[in-house]
Amino acid sequence: MLARLQSLIGLAGFFLVWEVASRTDLVPSYYVPPPSTVLPALVRMLGEESFLRAAVATVLATLIAVVIAAAIAIPAGLVLGSMPAVRRATMVIIEFLRPIPSAALIPLFVLLIGAGSDTKISLAVYGAVWPILFNTMYALDEVDPLLTDTARAFGMRRSRIMSTVSLPSAAPFALTGIRLSATIALAVVMTTELYGGGAKGLGQYVLDARNGFRMDLVLAATLVAGLIGYLLNAGFERLHRRMFAWQATGAETGAGAR
Amino acid sequence: MRGITGFVQRWALFVLIVLIWEVVTRLSASPFFPPPSQIGPRMVDLWLSGPASRLFLTDTVYDHLLPSVGRTLLGWAIAAVIGIGLGLLLGRSTVAMRYLRVLLDFGRAIPPPLMVPFFLVTLGLGAPMQLGAIVFGAVWPVLLNSIDGARSVDATKVDTARAFRLSGPQWMGGVVLPAALPKIFAGLRLSISIALILMVVSELVASTHGLGNQLVAAGRDYDMAGMWAYIVLLGILGYAFNIALLAVEHRVLRWQPGRAHAAASR
Repeated sequence: MLARLQSLIGLAGFFLVWEVASRTDLVPSYYVPPPSTVLPALVRMLGEESFLRAAVATVLATLIAVVIAAAIAIPAGLVLGSMPAVRRATMVIIEFLRPIPSAALIPLFVLLIGAGSDTKISLAVYGAVWPILFNTMYALDEVDPLLTDTARAFGMRRSRIMSTVSLPSAAPFALTGIRLSATIALAVVMTTELYGGGAKGLGQYVLDARNGFRMDLVLAATLVAGLIGYLLNAGFERLHRRMFAWQATGAETGAGAR
Repeated sequence: MRGITGFVQRWALFVLIVLIWEVVTRLSASPFFPPPSQIGPRMVDLWLSGPASRLFLTDTVYDHLLPSVGRTLLGWAIAAVIGIGLGLLLGRSTVAMRYLRVLLDFGRAIPPPLMVPFFLVTLGLGAPMQLGAIVFGAVWPVLLNSIDGARSVDATKVDTARAFRLSGPQWMGGVVLPAALPKIFAGLRLSISIALILMVVSELVASTHGLGNQLVAAGRDYDMAGMWAYIVLLGILGYAFNIALLAVEHRVLRWQPGRAHAAASR
């Protein structure tokens, strides 16, 4: 309860600083309107159909991309994690592909597929595949050899060891990968929309608002996007705690701090 | 130790893959996927066909590539200074973190590309806008990792430092910073890839020059080999940044026990 109150005070403090900075023209209020105009604009926006459609389109594209990415990356990660020969052969391709930012592929995909939801989903899948793939793969490396050796000593077959020992201990890591991927997918979807290659969505909404010099809407929509990202992350964290409460060590990689 | 055979094996595989890529793209003959044998010469043509007086680099390199890379590195450096400085201070203050945790989590959750329109209006079209977007995106991993790292100073060190009455700077620079370094480096590596992405994004959305701008221009002219040249270049840049930082990290953190093991963590 106290923690929640303190967080609220922190948030209120941020808005207060912003309000004062904008009112006193420390930052030009024409460009950065104070929260007392942005927050009401946000509330009005939430009742607007065009905005809601845009937000739903973005979130839906993100979720579809994450599901597709997981469907590709988890099996691939399991194969690469359990078969060293396959891994050695493919790592070069993976190391070659992974550093290519999905943003660099936007113009190509727009030419290839055309501007639309397919484009933004494909690009987001490309961006979202990597954390899941790597987390699943490395998770298999980290499986306690004592467990697999014990299973083998009891005469379990490889497939059985996979499904009863390796998979359960890799699952939390895979879910962490999915959580990181959701953030990436959201950013890629919005980037594609900003480029004008993703049909309707929050990114395009922000771009339109900017072109109309409605800075209150730009900031309000950005806040909503942050809220969506925050909720996605928090949702996956909660899912993680629920599903893997039996797991003492939280699978934490990447920038996630908590 | 993988040794020389491992190295040869990797490059042999790499060559094989490029060959397969060549064969597949030739067979499919899709205009969108030119074979590497067209992309390679296009890269030379685009960037390496300049006069000797300019180190054989073309105007494109000087006008578009180097400024973009410079902005990426500058933005990343600014983000690193802010992130590490603020992170170490916040990480050692439990009270401050109680108030700011949610705010930071929220800030991190804002998809950084979405800040491009905001910076475009506030800072105008040009380098400051791109730097703003890069710094905003790249600061979070360093900041959050620095906070985490600063928190991880173990109790013995805290007590020892107190017993020796270390001054503030001695405490921060001599105890907290070294303890936080492994986490900070992990954050820095994430940050530089994000900085690279935001450089491209900011130039894709609005720019008059730069790497992303040239990428869009190639697409507009249906110069597919040129477009792929830029895509490959971005991949190489991302790869090179990561390798360079890993090398620095190994150097700086050599004193840490059990480093060899943690090499693969990302």
